[in-house]
Amino acid sequence: MTDGPRADESTPALLAGVTTSPAAAVLPGTPLMELPGSEGGSSRWHKWRLDAALFASNRMALVSLVFLVALLLFCFVGPFLYRTTQTATTLLNANLAPSGQFPLGTDPEGFNLLGRLMLGGQSTIEVGFAVAVFSTGFGALWGAVAGYVGGIVDAVLMRVVDTALSIPYLFLAVLLATLFSPSLSLIVLTITAVSWPSTARIVRGETLSLRTRDYVTAARGFGGRALGLVGRHVMPNSIGSIVVNFTLRVATAIFIFALLAYLGLGVPPPGTSWGQMLQQGITHLYDNYWWELWLPGVAIVLAVIAVSAVGDGLYDVVVKRQAAGRG
Amino acid sequence: MVGYIVRRLLQALIVLLLVTVIVFILLHALPGGLIRAQLGAKASKFEVHQLTIQEGLTKPLPVQYGIWLSNLLHGNLGFAYKQETPVLTLIGETFPRTLVLAGSGLFLAALFAVPLGALQGSRRNSLMDYGVSGFLLTTYSTPYQLLGVLLIFVFAVQLNVLPGTATNFGQGFGTDVRVLALPVLALFLGNVAYFSRYVRSSVIDSFGEDYVRTARAKGASKMRILVRHVLRNSLLPFVSAVGLSLPTLVSGTLVIEVLFNYPGMGTYFWHAQQDRTYPLVLGILLVVTVLVVVGNLLADLAYAALDPRIRYD
Repeated sequence: MTDGPRADESTPALLAGVTTSPAAAVLPGTPLMELPGSEGGSSRWHKWRLDAALFASNRMALVSLVFLVALLLFCFVGPFLYRTTQTATTLLNANLAPSGQFPLGTDPEGFNLLGRLMLGGQSTIEVGFAVAVFSTGFGALWGAVAGYVGGIVDAVLMRVVDTALSIPYLFLAVLLATLFSPSLSLIVLTITAVSWPSTARIVRGETLSLRTRDYVTAARGFGGRALGLVGRHVMPNSIGSIVVNFTLRVATAIFIFALLAYLGLGVPPPGTSWGQMLQQGITHLYDNYWWELWLPGVAIVLAVIAVSAVGDGLYDVVVKRQAAGRG
Repeated sequence: MVGYIVRRLLQALIVLLLVTVIVFILLHALPGGLIRAQLGAKASKFEVHQLTIQEGLTKPLPVQYGIWLSNLLHGNLGFAYKQETPVLTLIGETFPRTLVLAGSGLFLAALFAVPLGALQGSRRNSLMDYGVSGFLLTTYSTPYQLLGVLLIFVFAVQLNVLPGTATNFGQGFGTDVRVLALPVLALFLGNVAYFSRYVRSSVIDSFGEDYVRTARAKGASKMRILVRHVLRNSLLPFVSAVGLSLPTLVSGTLVIEVLFNYPGMGTYFWHAQQDRTYPLVLGILLVVTVLVVVGNLLADLAYAALDPRIRYD
């Protein structure tokens, strides 16, 4: 998609990413963008504008960002503009093809599919973001502590990460999801449980290289305590890779959520998710109700690709920032 | 080198031990307890009490873990009460099938990724590069069930050239190949982008290296540079990428096995999970994890053996 040298970061469903040092990943011969703000006394606003321009130079990332904003509006504002009943079934209207009354047709329970897509998108996006927030937060803290403290603590914490990364995530997720009764928070918890270790590994690597920097040594010399140092100096300076990792976690969570739906684990009715709608479409595959299969299917694929592409664009910004010495 | 191998083996051993701890904890987190899961909700208090003592569940937890681990090491993974068969026997039947499916998918993905990635990397940002990337990224982002269903719809229903279910696996080599074709293809499409993107970026990186410039200056042809200099150096990190892809790959087989009703560990896991046959569920979880740990270990050792530059001391 982009010419960024990365095999690992943009790809969803990829829990064990290979970490290459972003600074080393700048291509020889790739002209670095002029970054006058790094030396001069320009404002923070100016730096933001440079980053935004850099991000926008990646067309795919820009288009994806616009698409995601439109998707958010569709799912969360759409239901106020286009009101449909999504709680009581009308079996008389089941499996109707798209028409004037139902622009995208209806599902096997007679729900208006356009409204249903909005509702299913809400839970899907909520799960994606919640998982990303929790697993990035927890994983980043875990990895930063491991990398900063080092020694035996690092060894113990990272063996835990290794273990968690070795368990095929879908098997563990299915098991966890059956131990408790289904709910949105259980799904978030389950996917978080299989997502945080990769963040921890990436942030640990970042911390290892940051802890030897002069400003960290200086802060330690002034008597800063370990946790304070991690919080004040290490974490803020690895924010770039944490943000990129956040987008990756969103994409992965949406993907896993869809897989779990096939294995029978989802939002309890009358709620739904795109994965569960896709599942309904699959059971009606031979009835030629194409709208029931394609609409949720395409929604999932586009959302995953778009989030990954935005991550791609952010990655470029982070790499060039680091190359320019702006951390 | 010997030091590295010993350290890496020790690490893998610790990870395996931690896996058993996690599985043991899960065993005790089961809703209603393991006893209720075995006897059903209608069992009398007396029966529950009896089995609790019989299974040694009144002993302290560390002692129970010790007993369980020793059983495990003796090949006793428990009893699948639904199938009335020892868990180990069921795993023995299904393990090779899953290995065949996952192995073929991985092999094909890795095999095709090398020329695809090399081609893309050497003609970076061309129309071909964008086209291949776009297609592979799309299949990569498509949930396995949708990939599988589309393949079934095209090849089994419309064209009617391949079977749409893999239930008939194990009736001779000829049928096995036909039966496995669609599940393996789905697994391939879902994973090939991971590898091809890896090769692509690694090839792009190598093209900027000094030894490539030297070879070019000496007048070596583009093909020769690509094969002799670029690919040779790009394939090393590829070995560890294969190791890292294993958890994702094995997770994918779960969905694909269930979709095609392929009688492997994934399908058994799913059914066991549905009828709460917990010893089988946890046994399979343990075995697939061991599979990943061992695969990772092999990849790391191969990497260390293949790369003469790196010395692990």
